[in-house]
Formats: sequence, C-alpha cells, structure tokens
Amino acid sequence: LGLALCAGSLCVVSGATFLYHDYCVIGAGPAGLQVAYFFQQAGRDYIVFERSHAPGSFFALYPRHRKLISINKQYTGKSNSEFNLRHDWNSLLSHDRRLLFRHYSRDFFPNADTMVRYLEDFASLLKLQVQYNTAIIHVTLEKNEQAWNGHYFLLTDQDRKNYKCSCLLVAAGTWVPNVVNFPGSEYVEGYETVSINPEDFTGQTVLILGRGNSAFETAENILGVTNFIHMVSRSRVRLSWATHYVGDLRAINNGLLDTYQLKSLDGLLEGDLEDLAIVKDKKGKLHITLRFYLENRNISSDIDSITLPQDELDNFATRAPYDRVIRCLGWKFDFSIYNRSLRMMPGKGNIKKYPQIKPSYESRGTRGLFVLGTASHSVDFRKSAGGFIHGFRYTTRAVHHLLENRHHGVPWPSTVYPITQLTNSIIKRVNEASGLYQMFSVLADIILLRDNATIFEYLEEYPIGVLAELEMQTGRKARNGLFVIIMEYGRNFSGADKDVFYYNRAVGEAQHAWQSNFLHPVIYYYKHLPTEREMRLRHPDWPLPRPDAIHHIVEDFLTDWTAPNAHILPLRRFLENCLSTDLRNFFAESCFLFAFTHEKLPPSCQQGYVRMQGLVGGQELRHHAVQAGLLQDYTHTDFSDDRPPDSHDGSQEQLMRDHGIPVHPLQHLVNAKDE
Amino acid sequence: MSARKDRWVSSLVFLLFCVSSIPKCGSASLQQEPSPQHYFSALEAGKTSLAFFTPSVSPGAQPFLEQIESSAEALQDYGVSVVKVNCPKEDVSKYCGKENALRKAFLFRGNRLIREFPTDALFDVNSIVANVLFALLFNEVKYVETLADLENIENVLKGKSNMVFAYVPATGTAEHRAVMEAAFVYGTIHQFVLTTEAALLKATSHDDPDVSSAWLLFCHCQQATEPAQPCRRTALAQPLTLLSIHRHLKLMGAPLVTEVAEDPEKISTVHLQLGLPLVFILSQKETYEADRRTAEFVAWQLLGKAGVALLSRDLVDLNVLQRSNVALKTPEEGMPIQYLVLEDTDEVITLVEDKNKVKQIQEDEQEEEEEDEEEKENNNQDIQDDQVVEAVSRDKKRELPLEQVLVLTEENFHSSLSKAARTVVLFYASWEAVSLAVLRSYSEVASLLKGTPGVLLSRANCWDWPGLCSQENVTQFPTMRIYKEGQQSVTYGGMWGTEELSSFILLSQVSCPLKLATMDEAEGYLRGEFPPELSSHHHTSLLGVFSTATSEAREAFEEAGNILSGHIRMGMYFEDDALSLSRKYSVSPPALLLARSGGRSMESIALSKHSVQDMVQMIRYQLLDIFPEITVSNLPQYLQLGKPFLILFSAGDISQMESEEMLKVAKGRAQQTFVACWLNLKNTPVGHGILRTYFSTMPSLPVLLWVKLHAGGQVFKFPSEQPITEMNILSWLEKLQAGLEIPSSTLSEEDWKPPLPAYDFLQMMEPPVPELSPHPGDTPAQQPSQSPRGDTARGDTATREEPSQESTAEEIGSPGRGLRGTAPRLAARDKQGKRHSEL
Repeated sequence: LGLALCAGSLCVVSGATFLYHDYCVIGAGPAGLQVAYFFQQAGRDYIVFERSHAPGSFFALYPRHRKLISINKQYTGKSNSEFNLRHDWNSLLSHDRRLLFRHYSRDFFPNADTMVRYLEDFASLLKLQVQYNTAIIHVTLEKNEQAWNGHYFLLTDQDRKNYKCSCLLVAAGTWVPNVVNFPGSEYVEGYETVSINPEDFTGQTVLILGRGNSAFETAENILGVTNFIHMVSRSRVRLSWATHYVGDLRAINNGLLDTYQLKSLDGLLEGDLEDLAIVKDKKGKLHITLRFYLENRNISSDIDSITLPQDELDNFATRAPYDRVIRCLGWKFDFSIYNRSLRMMPGKGNIKKYPQIKPSYESRGTRGLFVLGTASHSVDFRKSAGGFIHGFRYTTRAVHHLLENRHHGVPWPSTVYPITQLTNSIIKRVNEASGLYQMFSVLADIILLRDNATIFEYLEEYPIGVLAELEMQTGRKARNGLFVIIMEYGRNFSGADKDVFYYNRAVGEAQHAWQSNFLHPVIYYYKHLPTEREMRLRHPDWPLPRPDAIHHIVEDFLTDWTAPNAHILPLRRFLENCLSTDLRNFFAESCFLFAFTHEKLPPSCQQGYVRMQGLVGGQELRHHAVQAGLLQDYTHTDFSDDRPPDSHDGSQEQLMRDHGIPVHPLQHLVNAKDE
Repeated sequence: MSARKDRWVSSLVFLLFCVSSIPKCGSASLQQEPSPQHYFSALEAGKTSLAFFTPSVSPGAQPFLEQIESSAEALQDYGVSVVKVNCPKEDVSKYCGKENALRKAFLFRGNRLIREFPTDALFDVNSIVANVLFALLFNEVKYVETLADLENIENVLKGKSNMVFAYVPATGTAEHRAVMEAAFVYGTIHQFVLTTEAALLKATSHDDPDVSSAWLLFCHCQQATEPAQPCRRTALAQPLTLLSIHRHLKLMGAPLVTEVAEDPEKISTVHLQLGLPLVFILSQKETYEADRRTAEFVAWQLLGKAGVALLSRDLVDLNVLQRSNVALKTPEEGMPIQYLVLEDTDEVITLVEDKNKVKQIQEDEQEEEEEDEEEKENNNQDIQDDQVVEAVSRDKKRELPLEQVLVLTEENFHSSLSKAARTVVLFYASWEAVSLAVLRSYSEVASLLKGTPGVLLSRANCWDWPGLCSQENVTQFPTMRIYKEGQQSVTYGGMWGTEELSSFILLSQVSCPLKLATMDEAEGYLRGEFPPELSSHHHTSLLGVFSTATSEAREAFEEAGNILSGHIRMGMYFEDDALSLSRKYSVSPPALLLARSGGRSMESIALSKHSVQDMVQMIRYQLLDIFPEITVSNLPQYLQLGKPFLILFSAGDISQMESEEMLKVAKGRAQQTFVACWLNLKNTPVGHGILRTYFSTMPSLPVLLWVKLHAGGQVFKFPSEQPITEMNILSWLEKLQAGLEIPSSTLSEEDWKPPLPAYDFLQMMEPPVPELSPHPGDTPAQQPSQSPRGDTARGDTATREEPSQESTAEEIGSPGRGLRGTAPRLAARDKQGKRHSEL
C-alpha cells in the first residue's frame, strides 16, 4: 500500500514495503543452496530467490545430453568421509550423510536429472529458506550509514515486489548463452535448442562452432550418423588431462578427436568466428565464407554473386557445404539486472564472461556483494575448480566464514594445538582434506604460531588471494609467523600443449620433492604475514610471495603422504628448522634422562612427559629403538666396570649429546648443525 | 729449532701440494721434439727428463704413451720433464733405430742415461711417478730385502737420525708413489727404507699383518742410545697416502711433551691443528718430576693419536677442582676443555682412543658418503632419528593381539557405548607413530583386563573416521576416554604405559569419590578391602570426612574427585556418625584421611581451602612420598615441585641405615626446600646414563648427589669417604649452599635445536629456468637478467624475472612446439638419477 508513496531515498525503511533479510541469495543452484546451508547452520536471517519452481533449474535443461561430466566415485577403498569428498564432485557440504551423491546415483558420470533431484532433496531435507518462482529483475543500492556496508541492497522481482538486504550473495551462475554475430548467424542453431535426437542428423554434414565440452558433447551424440562434423574455434583444443583443469575438454567427450586423427572425415579447424560469414544457397546448404568478402559486396542479392573462398583458393578447407551449423559457445553471467551503481563489471580478457571480483569473492564495485558458484570462477579460471560444484562448495564455506567474522564477530574457526602436534596436524590435513585438494593453489590451510611458537592455531581453507588481510578477515592474529599449506602441481608440468606422459615424470625422492609434477602439498613459511604489496608483486608463477622457507612433500602415486621417512621426516626437519627446535618424539625413559642432564627439555618431553603423559613404550619398541641406535640399553651395564662400556657396540652410546663427557654421540641424533 | 724445521717442511709440502693439486697451473707439460738430434742437443746439464721415441709414422696408438703423457704434469712437479721425440723415417740411430727401444722410456739427467724403463713397468701415472722417483732417489731411499739389512741400517742411524720404513706390496702402486713423493720431500731429514718383502712386514709388525696393504713405521733412532735396543717405532694407523704420511711425519717431528704455562684455552699445538686432541697433565711443583715422567709415558702411548702437554698449576690460575689431574682439549672449535680426575694412565689413553674411534667412524661414514657422489650435502637428513617413529616402523610387521578390542566406526559408535557399563575408547591415527606405540600398550592392557566385567575396550581410528573424532572433539592423537552411561566421559591424562593405563581403567570402575554408607565400609575402605573390585589394587586411599554442615567443602571434594578420577582412590563419608570416625582418627571434619600401603600408616589432614583447584593440588601434593624411590613414571610428579633434588643412586635396594638417615634429612626442617629421593639402578637402569653424564668414571655406589634442577643445574657429589648420615649430609648441604663446594658437573644449558638441517628447496627453486635450458648457448645471455636474487626486494625479483621467463619459454618453444617444456626437464632429469619411472 505504501509502495507508491515512498520512492527512492525519501522512503524510510518500513517493513510493509520491503521484506528485509540480513542476507539475500540470488539463485537456488548448488552454490545458492550451499551458502543457504551455512546460513541456516549459523542461524542467520537469509533468503534464497529462485526464478524457477525448483532448485537447480540450469541442470533441468543442461547439459542437453544429460550426462554430467563430474565424477561420482562410489568406492575409494577408504572410509574417511573427508578423503572421499576428494573423489565426489557432485555432493554439497552438509552434516547429513544421506545427502551424499553416491546415494543418488550409481553412475560414474551421473544423469543431470539426478542432480536436480539431489538439489531438491538438499533444499527440502535441510529446510533451507528458498523462495521459488521469484526472478530478481533489478538490483540497486540504497545508501544508509547504519547499514553493515554503508548501503542496503534493494531487489525487485518480476511481480515488482521489493526486498531489502544488508548483504547480497549472487549465486546466479552463468546462463546467458554466448552468441557471436556475423553475417548469416541467423542460420546458426544454438546448443540450447538444437535437437538432441541423432536421427535428425542422419546423412548430414555439420559444422559446430566452439570447442568446449558442450561442443564435443554435441558432436559425440551425432558422430555415428553424420557424413562428417567439422569444429571451428579460435583457440586450439585444450585437453583436461593435459591441463588438469576440469573445464577443458574431458576425455569422456573427445570421441571426435579420435575420428579426426584416425582420418575418418571429421576435423578441427582454428579460426576467429568474428571473421566468419555464412551464406545459404538455393538448396538450403550453408556455405562458409569470410565477412571480408561480404563487405566488398554492394547489394545483398543472391548467392551466386558472393565470392566464396574456394573461388580464389580452390583447396579452402571448409569449401564443402554444410547442412547445419550449431553454436556451442558456452554461457556468460547475466549483468543486466544490476543497477549501474553496483558497478558489476565484466572481467577482462578470457574472464569477461564473469563479473569482476576480489580473491575474497566480494565484488570489486560494491562492498557487501559477494559472487558465489560458477560466476565466481574468475578467481581461478583455467587453474582450479572454483567454477564447479566440487570447488565452489569450499569457496562458499570460506565466504561464509568471512561474513561470520565481519558481521557477527565470530572469528574464523580454528583449533589450538601444542607445537608437538605440528607435524601431525599437517600430515592429517594433507592426507584427507578435500578443500585443499580440490581448490588447490586457491584455498590454503593456515597455521598461526602463538606464544613463542609453543602452541599454534590451525585455520582451514582460507583463500590465499587475501592472505595479506588475514588478521582482518579472520579475526585471528599472526604475530609469531605462519605456515601456509597448499597443494600444487609442478610449475611447468601441465598445459594445453604439453606432454604430460613423458618418462621419469614422477619424482620419487624426498630431496627432489620440489620438482614434483603431480599434485603435492607445499608448505610456505613466513616470519611475518605478507603485505598486500608483496602479494601484488609476487612472481607470476607463484601462488604466494617468496616465503622465508618452503617445503614440498614429494608427490605420491597413491596421494598418501604418511610414509615415515619419505614424507613425515623431511617435513619434520623443515618445521624444526623454521622454528629452530627439536620436534622429535621421545620415550619416557629418554625424557627422564634429559630431565636430569639438561636444563631444558625438548618440546615432546616438555608437553608430554613432564605433564605426566610420557610415552612408556613396551619391551619390543624399546628393543627396536636400541637396535636402531636411538636409545641406549642400560640394563646390561655392569657396575663393577669402572669404564663406560663402549666396547660392545659403537652405536649404543648415542642418545646423549656430548657435553664434554666421555659418552659418544650418535651422529644423526646429535646436533650436527653448528650454531 | 724444531719449530723452524716444521715450518720449513710444511711450507715445502704446501708448495708441493699446490703444484700437484692444481694440474693445469703450469703450461702444457708434454714437450715435443722433432728429432733425436734436436732433443739431445737441447739437454741441459742437471736437468732430468723422461723421453720416449716414436716413429713419426705411428704404427698405431700405444696405450702406454697416453699414460706417459698424462704423467707429465705430475712429474713436472719434481723437475722432471717428459719429452716425446719423433723419429724421422730414415733415422736409424741408437734410440730410434732399434725396434725394442720404441717400447721403452728413458730417464736422462743431463745427457746421461740413468735408467731405461720397459713399458710394462709404466702402466699408469702412479707407476710412472713411483718408478721415476725411485730411480732419482736412489741414494735417499734404501731398498732392503732382509731383516738383517734393515737392522744394519737401523744401527747405523742410532743416535743420528730417524728412519722411515715402508712396506708396499708391490712397486708402481699408489702407495709406492706416496712413499716416494714423501721421500722426495723428507728424504734429506729422515732415512727412508723401502721393502716389498712380506717377511719383513711380519717381522716388524705385532700381530698378523695384511700383506696386501702397505705399512709405514717411523723409527725413533735419533733418541736411541743403547746399541742393543731396537729403535722405538710408531706405526702409521691410516692408509698410506701422501697426506697421511706427511701428517704422520709432522706429528713425529713435534716435541714429545710440550711444557705450557698459560691458559690451556689459548694453547694451540700441531696436534690441535691436525685435528687431534691435546691432553694436559696438570702438574704441581712438588710432583713435577713424577708428572713429567707420567706425561712422557702417556705421550709415547698416544704418539700419533694425541698431543701431550704438561701444565704447571703453580703458574696458571685454574678455576677447576683441586683434585683434577688431567685435562682434555679437543680440536673442535668452541668445545670447552674437560677437566677430569683420573686414576691411572690407562684411563687417559682410553679417553683419547675412544674419542678417536668415534671420529674415525665419522670420517669413514663421511668418506662413504662422498663416494656416493653428489650426495655430500645430504648429511643423513633422510635417516630417521626419531626413536619412537623408528621403533614403531621397525615393529610394524608384528601383528598386534587386538582381538579383545572392539573396532569403532561412525556407524557403530553410539550403539557400542551402550553395550557395557564402561566403554574405554582409544582414539588414534593409524599413520601416527605415538598412536601406534600406545596401541601396542593398549593391546597389552586388553589382555590384562580380559574378563573384567563391565569394561569394554575399543578403539577408533581417526584416519578412517575423522567425523567421529571431530564429533567427539578429539584433536590430538592418541586420546583415551572412558564413556559411562549417562555421565560425562573422562579423558585420560597419564603415562601411556600398560600398567598406568590398566590401573586407570580399573580405578575408573568405581565412582570417584566413592560414597561410603556405613562405618564398616569406611573402615574397610581405609584398609584397602572395600570396594572388592579394587582390593587387588594397592594404592593410597584417600577418605574425605565431612559433617552434614560442611557442604561447601564436600562439593569441592566431589569436584576434585571428578578431576582426579582414575588416578586416585577417593572415598567420602558424610553420614551422621562421621563424628565417630573423626574422633577415632582425631580429626575434625571437614578433613581428609590418607591411608598409605593398605592402611598401615594413616595421616590426617584438615581441610581449610575449599576451591576445587586448591583441593586438587593439595591432594596431589599429599600423595607424594617423603623419601620416594624415583622412577621413570613418577619423576614428573616431583619435577613439578620445582625444587632441587637430593638423590641417592643405589645399585639395588638401599640399606636400612641409609634409608633411615635420608628419611631424617627428608623430614627435617629443610623438607620444604628440596626433594629427597633415591634411585634404584636395578629398577631404573637409565640412572646409569645420568651418572655417566655427571662423571667421567662411574663413582662407587651408593652415591649421594645434590642436583640443582631448575636453578643453575650444578651437580654436587657427597664426599664418598664420609658415611651417609644426617649430620654429614646437613653440614655438606650447608657448605654447598655457602658456595664452598665445587660442582662435579653442570647440566647442559643447550637449547633443543633442530637435529639436522632441512632440504633447502627455496634455494634450489630460486634460479628458475637457466639450468634447465636445452640450448647451452642461451644460458649466459639470460643469466644476468635472472640471476639477481637473494635479499633483493622480493617484489623486484618478481618483476625482473617475469619478462626473462617469457623469453625463455619462447625460445624453447620455437624449434619444436611439442617438446616445449618437457625437453629441458628431461635433460635436467638425467642429472638427478634415481627416480621411479613406472610405479
């Protein structure tokens, strides 16, 4: 009723006209539902707007051929649920174990309908606040000093209903088809509408524009019934197994590469679509020509007057006429609904289909506007998995943590451990963490050292792009230095045109770990939090600025980094040298000896034995330690013998450091490093 | 005089090393002569040359010529030039004409032929150098075949000069060459004698010698005065090389005993410079003569292994124990001098020899490493030095008897907890060493407690079920918890030993504190008979006696019981007749009764503080013994007091007398200021390690020590000649408090630094591309733009490197696109070797 009365800035907020929520989410796709789940768990005031009547409307239509290319691995041989998420690319994160995708489909590449069903269940089982049939058609700002971000977001839906929010999360995906305009583009069919019945293509010659998964998926479907298929795009084909980027051409779709290279008429061509032109002859056949020829022509009359390339170059590649031309050029973000004041700008270069955002997923133009899901892929386009469910489910969680800290004073969740648990906590995470694994080189675990490095705080899956803002974004302090744990592929290993199967590609030795090619954990050590400047000026190949020390855990064929000597020992040495301490474990007996012979005790004795939690160790273990020369057996000492019994075994006198006492040190137990 | 000689020798040797170790420092050393006439006309008098003649039309490459050519550099150092003389075709002179002369080499001094060598004597550089020097040093190096010859030479030398006697298995070997090269330098100082006779070797060395290895003796004939006595001999212990011979001769040349009169810290002798220890015999005016004799005796024993110096205490003010008689200075930089009290000379010798043994082992290891090529930097970083990790991985093949232990999963966790009255859960990670070590003890606990009613032992692997562990808030491995139905779980916080774990589980069976209902129960409880579950368990019992009015204290006591649950037997009595109990033990409630060892001794404590923390602390403190036997498991409780230790080390049980006297001391007024305790070496053998650290020799047992833990760390030894009585101890303590005693040892103050360095990947990664470039020509051009690194501003490095890297990629990319990036990597790969390629 009051709607007409108050317009623009004159209008004082009144509940009657604007439905207010702290958080508004646009889109009930995977990312929208994911962030809704976190809001729900945290008890926040939020709403999700969905233009369709059900969640995941994109998946109701796409992919057209209904086969998802995200893997649904049911068996890994492990029961570790966190680890298994590394190989489950479809599930969203939740506490509900029923909501794992493997309970929905047994297919390795599931059907898209299953995804729709899954998303429906996710929204309903978790009772997420989704308002369906609400298409947001306009978003604008209202300045208000009281608002969290200095302004409110005003949303208008198709029925002119208004909503007001403090914080806007755009999880609308990219759904506007990319269209190229050239003379004759009216003859082109779009991927969105083209027939998916192979019979419609029987005996036809088809040209496909584009070279992504949708293009190959379309080709794959009709490969067996067409005369031949040609594919045109500006850039060369990028194979995902060569680039380890899941958005590039996946092996499941690449049947046409086979038929091309095995001389079966199909083929790939490179060329700029902008230069293209299509003319239709009288028989309805489509001829490829160049825009340039058409521009030279004065009147658009019949086909015969048009120069075709083959008139001048009689072996022109695409001189054969086509029956159909199909456009499969992907999608872009819908920029149209945002008022100019929001400054939602497209990215530059190959990320122009995405809005410009910061590495914290906040819009560059508007504070309090976050972009989630596929639309947020500009952060790690062609690098990591941020544009896909198995990637953005983690970045969404990270955004939620940032919001909790910013607006509700809930610092980033962390666990505090004594320093003796340092090696363990890293090993545990690099072996099971799925966020680090999927969002490699984008999300990082952060270890903040505290109290003179006697304890540390462990933060999981923080976006490294905003490492410099860590204290402000997480509410945690990094005064005593920090470790950043990320996963990386070898720097020069993969790429569209690289041989990723060459001999000796795998590194086996810990000392050459830095040359590991496959995904492996890397730990950066900084004495001080890197500044924004350092982040900006970092080496372009490095995800982070130059650290004070770095450690690579050698790549592992099983991605199991628990080998005591190849994985854990070098890591421990690295940590010890960063912290300048001794992180070995000791049996209670050794601690007992140290307590009487040293003023200071190593951390493991200090935090274990002295607190009455010493590791006693059974007979066998002590026997093994003695055999290894790492523990001295005093039980056979003969008191009558006045001299230290050094004659029986040179390696026994070892545990003791030599402090001017005639007890001989074992070389590798003592400080070999001169201070 | 001798010092000057040393310097002369060393500078000469240095020069020699310099030329011989930098092969390319001279000009090309092989001379070519067009014809024999040319060669002979150019020969200078006094210059030595080794010549060989080859027909200008070579009948094929002769391998020995190559060896001669390569020996030219080595021989040049000894003033011998190597000349290749071409024989013109028509020449039929003495050297060129005869067929067999072409297979020989000729040694000329001036134009006089000294020796001709058949080619089979010149098989490699070693043999060429050895044979040529052997020929040149004909007078300096005597060759002997029999023992009689050797003795003759020895007798002639007695009183005049020393002799170096070497056995080599064959001439022309590397050892032979080393001896000849040494003779070239030292030949004028010592008489060199050489043999290849195994019989002579056997006659001169003690035990069964190995005839296949060379052997060198230094015979001290200069000092030998008695004609009948053979010269003293010192064998070279290391393998024969020029360096080891030089070192040996240098040591032999050093004075036997150095007399010093300054601070030993400042002294440096040949021995220290050569990496050998220096032994000081501390002397006084009164005993000078005897000390001098001792020093000489020791010096002879240690000749070649260590130096001996005689230090006069009257001249130097030493801040060490008056009783110390020997000091040891090691060559390692920064190592303090050790002052020792030794009883006989053998101890001195073992002291040094053991040191050397360790060093020798280390050297051997290092050599082995160096043989491993390139792996030099890797100083054992990849060898496990964590005793727990190593022990567990050595034990990993043993199957643990865990049939008794239920495996928990996320699915069965909650249902399992309701199966028994008490469920013990060990949370662990199957990859983590400490967890696995504890799991071993846990399996023993399981078999010990087999059949105990109401207790279910189980385990949860957090590596398999991370959700379970985070849900139970388990953040550290291992964690042991006892879950009781309807109650909060209790987390174990004690030693991870079988005994302690089982005791905890058993004690947790009854509630803590246990509410006692009748006087009989209370009495039985104090005697250790009630409750029956714990009757087999001998522990101190603690009984809280409360009147109905003292609810505040009672609540605190109950709270304290929760905290101490599983560690202590705690009972509580607050019935109406509590007064009769308190009257019996003459306490007024609220109060605690403490029954040690099955009720044989009873203590009563009035409760004054009512905060839970204070109560817990007070109970813990009260449970400590007055004069405990210290063991590995109970030490932490006493360490927490933060007091110095008065500790009696005993080989077995201590005697009644010692025990009583010590108890008196412990109970005395000083009780508050230190921990009086004893250690039974039979029960706690690691005590030997402690004593060994404190004393260089094992003191006679029992030994009473004052260890200032937490305060300076000095260790004082109660005089062993005094009997251990309260009086003596107290007066000794007074003396040492007053600073009148000298500590026998001091605890190490060292920080626990990383035992070994880590791989420096940052340094390896820094120069990103140049080394990997496939075009060697490209590298230098790119280097300048890429090499700047190190501590330049990080940002600069980044920006500077960017363009150059681009260009590298371009260049690599241009010839064949398909190989871009991989070819250089492959090239780099070859250098590293050792990779697993397939699986």
